[in-house]
Amino acid sequence: MRPAALRLAGVSKRYGRVLAVDDVSLAIAEGEFFTLLGPSGSGKTSLLRLIAGFERPDAGQIELGGKDVTAVPPYARATNTVFQDYALFPHMTVAANVEYGLKVRHLPRDERRRRVAEGLTMVRLAGLGYRRPNQLSGGQRQRVALARAIVNQPEVLLLDEPLGALDLKLRVEMQAELKRIQRELGITFIYVTHDQDEALTMSDRVAVLNGGRIEQLGSPVDLYEHPANEFVAGFIGVSNLIERDGRRLVVRPERIRLLRLEETPEPGSHLEDGVVQDVTYAGMVTRYAVQLDRGGRLLVVQQNTESAARASDFRGRRVRLAWRPEQAFNISAAQSEGPEQQANA
Amino acid sequence: MEGPWVRFALRVWAVGILLFLFIPIALVIVYAFNVSTIQSWPIPGVTLKWFGQTWQDPEVRRALLLSVEAGLMATAVALVLGSMAAFAIHRFQFFGREVISFALVLPLALPGIITGMSLNSFFAFNQITFSLWTIVIGHATFCIVIVYNNVLARLRRTSSSLMEAAMDLGASGWRSFVDVTLPLISTALVAGALLAFALSFDEVIVTTFTAGAQNTLPLWIFGAIRLGQRLPEVNVVVFFVILITIVPVVIASRLTGGGAAGRVEAVAAAEEL
Repeated sequence: MRPAALRLAGVSKRYGRVLAVDDVSLAIAEGEFFTLLGPSGSGKTSLLRLIAGFERPDAGQIELGGKDVTAVPPYARATNTVFQDYALFPHMTVAANVEYGLKVRHLPRDERRRRVAEGLTMVRLAGLGYRRPNQLSGGQRQRVALARAIVNQPEVLLLDEPLGALDLKLRVEMQAELKRIQRELGITFIYVTHDQDEALTMSDRVAVLNGGRIEQLGSPVDLYEHPANEFVAGFIGVSNLIERDGRRLVVRPERIRLLRLEETPEPGSHLEDGVVQDVTYAGMVTRYAVQLDRGGRLLVVQQNTESAARASDFRGRRVRLAWRPEQAFNISAAQSEGPEQQANA
Repeated sequence: MEGPWVRFALRVWAVGILLFLFIPIALVIVYAFNVSTIQSWPIPGVTLKWFGQTWQDPEVRRALLLSVEAGLMATAVALVLGSMAAFAIHRFQFFGREVISFALVLPLALPGIITGMSLNSFFAFNQITFSLWTIVIGHATFCIVIVYNNVLARLRRTSSSLMEAAMDLGASGWRSFVDVTLPLISTALVAGALLAFALSFDEVIVTTFTAGAQNTLPLWIFGAIRLGQRLPEVNVVVFFVILITIVPVVIASRLTGGGAAGRVEAVAAAEEL
């Protein structure tokens, strides 16, 4: 087991009457891509600010690389941050922005030049060092912010919704870019996002936050396949929840088969009859909302392997839903119940 | 929707107001070049002799020197106190913050005569002799507001994450202030200083109550007009006062980058007193 790059022990932070971070403990391994995922107000950004040192926790301890940094100011911590609004210095050129951290730490000039050039090349902005931030596009600014942080070779890189301001195409591009950079540098990334797709595709592990607490911590597969509670099930993926015999069941929409009543289901399948209420065609897939006879409503997603023309025929029809029993899982109600918070990397 | 007639009428109205405001100023400037000592229209001839004579006048020189000294010192005091107050109000939450913020801006809204009289009785009560310093204190009361407002407005428009970014990259509080905050507010400081100086330079009311026996330039003008003597010199002096107060206002509005609206704001601030 690699040593923990970051360890939080019982960290709490209160703003006035709001408990933004509530007794959070976790350990993040060196070189890990770790994501703090949650809706707005879940405490994910507060947690990041505590790790960066912009805020002091009211309780608990923060360790970076085995050293207690709870009372250490941000400028003396081996972390660097990529801010949501990029926070590029408008009065400096791109190169001066990237060089700033190195200059403040009094690195020799040659070393600084070399690292700035390397950093700009890494984010594919070589040759744009002379420009001002306001002469760059949003995506380019994002890259400068990234370069400015990584040239300092931090032990932990903190990213606060870095792709939030970009359009979808650019965002997907940058996701791949970030993963590549993280692999190449081997730096520990702590990534804050409210976007579940981003979290699932990029992360080694994800902590799902809600109300300042960790609802569940695990790999993307863990979270999607075995959500610990209703909140996680609903936040990651679609909340496909029904109650049967006093048990609460979640079935992922792509695991349900949509059958005509006369079709024979796979033996041993769990069956539910219902009426298709709504059909949404979405290119690669079609989504069906089905009202079940025994109560509840399920979303079903089918790949459009055949002609999509017949999709809309389904509206108002009676259908049969089938899934293998192991595809449905029982979950507890919304309140968290002490999810596992240990590093298992 | 306004029709063509309404639009025409509005234009005439606007031009009329501008003429009403600027014809007296233009007249003073024209009279500064008047050959005759009698102010009559049209002027009989053009000359520069009053400029030379005014420049040689020891009273005018003394008044000019005092005005410049008072203006510079009041501006210096305003720069230090005004910007420090702006930082404190911007950065910290504390008990009485709103009250202090209000109290700081109050001198601008307060009639000059109240500021002047209160300062006058305060100095008299404490047996402080009227001097350059009492003028500086009087002017500083409203100059501080100008710098404070300018700096605070700039700080509010500056993202707080910039300071945090500097600290995150290893800069101590002082270093990030010098490297990031100061360059970002520098134009606001210069603009505030220029406006403050312009305000101080043509101030009459507060100065009347705090100057004692000495004359600043505006006080000298006031006295000369009342006595009806040396009117050509007065015109020359007013001509320069106009230049010295308008130029900083224009530069300041450019620096704060407000465009036309910003200029109006800056001029309005300058003409408050």
